[in-house]
Amino acid sequence: MVWKRRIAYINLTTGKIISKPIPKQLRQLYLGGRGINMYLLYNHLTPEVDPLSSENILLVGTGLLCGIPALGSGRCDIAAKSPVTGAIGDSNIGGFFAPELRLAGFDHLMISGKAEKPVYLLANDGNIEIHDANHLWGKDTFETQDMIRDDVKDEEVKSLVIGVAGENMVRFANVRTGMKNSAGRTGMGCVMGSKNLKAIAARGTMDIEFSHPDELLDYCKQMNDMITETRWARAQSKWGTLIIYSNTNTTGLIRTRNFQLNRLEKGEDLEPENMDRYTIGMSGCYGCSVHCRHRYVLKEGSYAPIFAEGPEYTSLGAFGTMVDCNKMETVLVANHLVNKYGLDTLETGGLIAWAMELYEKGIIDEKDTAGLKLEWGNEEILFQLITQIAHREGFGNILADGFNTAISKIGKGSEYYAIQIKGMSSLHSDERPTPSLALGICTSTRGADHLRGRPAIDLYGLPQEMLQEIYGAPVSSDYTAYEGKSRMVWWQELLYAVTDAIGTCKFQTVFCAVHAPKWTEFKNLIQLATDMKFTESELMDVGERIYTIERMFNLREGFSRKDDALPERYFKESTPTGLPIAKGKKIDRNGFEKMLDEYYVLHGWDHNGSPKKETLERLGLDKEPSHIV
Amino acid sequence: MQKILFIDPEKCSGCRLCESVCSLHHEKVCNPTRARIHVVKWETSGLYVPMVCQQCENPICEVVCPMRAIKKDEKTGAMLIDYDLCVGCRLCMMFCPLGGINLDAKSGKVLKCDLCNGEPRCVQYCEPQALQYLNATTINLKKRRKAAEKYSELMKKMLATV
Repeated sequence: MVWKRRIAYINLTTGKIISKPIPKQLRQLYLGGRGINMYLLYNHLTPEVDPLSSENILLVGTGLLCGIPALGSGRCDIAAKSPVTGAIGDSNIGGFFAPELRLAGFDHLMISGKAEKPVYLLANDGNIEIHDANHLWGKDTFETQDMIRDDVKDEEVKSLVIGVAGENMVRFANVRTGMKNSAGRTGMGCVMGSKNLKAIAARGTMDIEFSHPDELLDYCKQMNDMITETRWARAQSKWGTLIIYSNTNTTGLIRTRNFQLNRLEKGEDLEPENMDRYTIGMSGCYGCSVHCRHRYVLKEGSYAPIFAEGPEYTSLGAFGTMVDCNKMETVLVANHLVNKYGLDTLETGGLIAWAMELYEKGIIDEKDTAGLKLEWGNEEILFQLITQIAHREGFGNILADGFNTAISKIGKGSEYYAIQIKGMSSLHSDERPTPSLALGICTSTRGADHLRGRPAIDLYGLPQEMLQEIYGAPVSSDYTAYEGKSRMVWWQELLYAVTDAIGTCKFQTVFCAVHAPKWTEFKNLIQLATDMKFTESELMDVGERIYTIERMFNLREGFSRKDDALPERYFKESTPTGLPIAKGKKIDRNGFEKMLDEYYVLHGWDHNGSPKKETLERLGLDKEPSHIV
Repeated sequence: MQKILFIDPEKCSGCRLCESVCSLHHEKVCNPTRARIHVVKWETSGLYVPMVCQQCENPICEVVCPMRAIKKDEKTGAMLIDYDLCVGCRLCMMFCPLGGINLDAKSGKVLKCDLCNGEPRCVQYCEPQALQYLNATTINLKKRRKAAEKYSELMKKMLATV
C-alpha cells in the first residue's frame, strides 16, 4: 500500500539518515507531492533564513497516485525556500524519477544541512546512501546521468541532477532528469548546488500496491481515453505545446522584444509545423498517453550535431519572440544549451530580453556588458549570454542573480522594464488583453507564473452555461472582461494544487482541455488506488489547504497584498498590434484591484490577503506548525 | 488465424505504460521489474525498443525445459508456463535469445508474456500503437507497403515529369 512508503530525513552536514512512515492523517489533509512538501516546508523551515544557507531545506516528493498507468502519473515535486524570490520555492518535474523513487520505498525526502564536498544520494530498495560526487562536479546534466548509471552499473537508475549553473549557484538554476524534464522554476537547482548536492538517484524493485488493482486498471483506461479524445491532447501529441504559438502570435497575445510588441512579425519559421524538419518522433513521460515532447536532431550549423528534446512553448518565447529571434534553429540550439547547463529557460530568456531592452534604451551600454552588443535578434549574443550566465562570467554574472539583485545593481529605472512579480520572470504571454490571466500571474504563490492558477480555457470563449457548470457561478465568456475572472483563477489554483499533490500532469486536467479529468475523476482514482474517500468539495478543501499554507509561508516571510502586483507597464502601455480583440488593450487598475478583492474573499482571506481566523479553523490550519512529521 | 504481438519501435514514445499495465494486470501491483514487457531505452539518443516474448515458432524455452513445463496454447499461440510443473531452474531464461523471459525476484518464478489469453492489455493502453495485436498476413502486407512507399513516390515523380 501507499502507506508503506516512507519519508527520509537526510542531514548532509552530519551524514545522518533516518526514515519514518508517513501518517495517514497527513495524507488525508495534503495527499502527497506538493501538498505534503508545502506542509513540511511550513513546519520545518526556520523563518527568514537565507535560501542559500545550509539552514534551507530541500524537499522531494512523489504524488499520491504515482505509478498508476494513467494521466502522466510520474511527476515529482521539489521544494525549498526560493533563492529567486525568497518566497515558496516549488517546482514540478515529469519524466521517470518519481516512480523509481517510490519503487525504491520512499515518497518524500527532506534534505537539510550542507555536504563538505560534492555528493550524490542513491535511494535503493529501502536504503539511502551518500556517495562521493567529485568526479561529477563540472559535468553537464546529460553526462552526469550517464556517469551515475555507470557508477551504479545499472541502466535503469534515474537521477535528478544539476548542471554547472546549479554548481555555480545561479539563482534560477533548475533540476533535471532525462533529456527533457526540468523542475525549472524558483531555483531548486541553486539550492542543490548550495548544499554541494550534485544529484539524487533512485533505483527500486519494490511493489507499489493499490487498494483495487483490477478496477483501477480499467478506470485508468477510461482516464487515458478521456484525455486523448480531447482536441488539445490530439494537437499536443503531434506538436507539443508549440501549438499554442499559432493562436497567440496570430491574435497578439505574445510578448515580443521583452514587452514592446505583442506579436512577432515575420514569425512564420516558429510555427509548430516547422518542427517536422527536425523531429524524429515524440516521447512521453511515465504513464502518459499524450506524449507531447519532440525528439529532435540538428544536423547542421555551428552547434551541430545536437540530439535533444523539446522545445516547449516557453522556450519558443524565451529564445524566440522575447529576444526577437525568428528562427526555429535558434530556439533549438538555445533550448539545448540551457538544458545542458541546467538553467530555467523562462527566467533566462526573461532576463536576457530585459537586458536587451535596457541596452536599446541606453540604460546599460557596452561598458556594463563587457563589450557585448545586446542587439535584438542576435543569436550569437543570445548563446554567449546563456553560457555566461551558467558560468557566472562577464555580464552574465549580473543576470545570474535574478531580477531582484540585478535591478538593484543596475538601477537607473531599470525596474520599470522588468516583467517580473515577486522577483520571478513571467512567461512570454502578454496578459494585457486577458484580465484573468493577468490576475493569475500575480496571485501565484511562487512568483509570476502560469502553472499555478492560469485559467487557460478562458481564451476559448466557451458558452456561459458551460463555464457556470465548471466554475460553479457565473463567469463571463469574454476573455477581455473582468467579471467572474477572480473565481476562475481561484478554482484553477485549487485544481492545480491537488493535481500536483496526486502527481499527475497538469496538461491532463482542465488546463487547456475543457473535457479533461478533474474533481470527480480524481476522487475516484484516489478511492481505487488508496481507499481514501473524498467528496468533490472535500478535495477542493485539500486544494484550499495547500494554497493557504503556501500563503501563510509567504506572509511569514514578509509578503502581502503589495506583492500580488502587476508590473506597471500592464497599466500604462497599450498593446500596439494584434487582432481587434487584442489591440489597444491594457489592464484597468480599478478592475484589477476589484478582481484581487474578490479573489481574496473566495479564498477566505482578508483585504490584505491574510487567511481569516475562520478559514484557518475550517481547514485545520489554526494549529500550524503541528509537526505531524 | 492466430495473431501476433507486433512491435513497432519507431512509434514507441517510451512512456512505459505497457510495463505498469502488465504488472498491474498479472501481479496486481505496479512494478516494472515484475512485468513481462520492458521498454529498453537509449535515452541520450532517443531510441526506445519495447522487448517482449515473441512466442517463437521453434521455442528454445520449450526445448530446454527439463520439466516440459512450457507448452503452446493452441488458441492464442502463446507459449505458457505450467507452474505446477516448473521447478524454477531458469534454463529458459538463460537460453532465450530475446530476453523474453523475466525472473520475478520476489517469488523466484520465471515470468513470460501469455498474451493475456488473446487480449493483450499492453496493446489496449498503447496510444501511439507501437504495440499491436495483428494477423500475421496483415503485418507482412503493412511492412511491404511501407517499404514500397519510397518506390511509389519515385514512380509518381517520374510519371509527373513524363
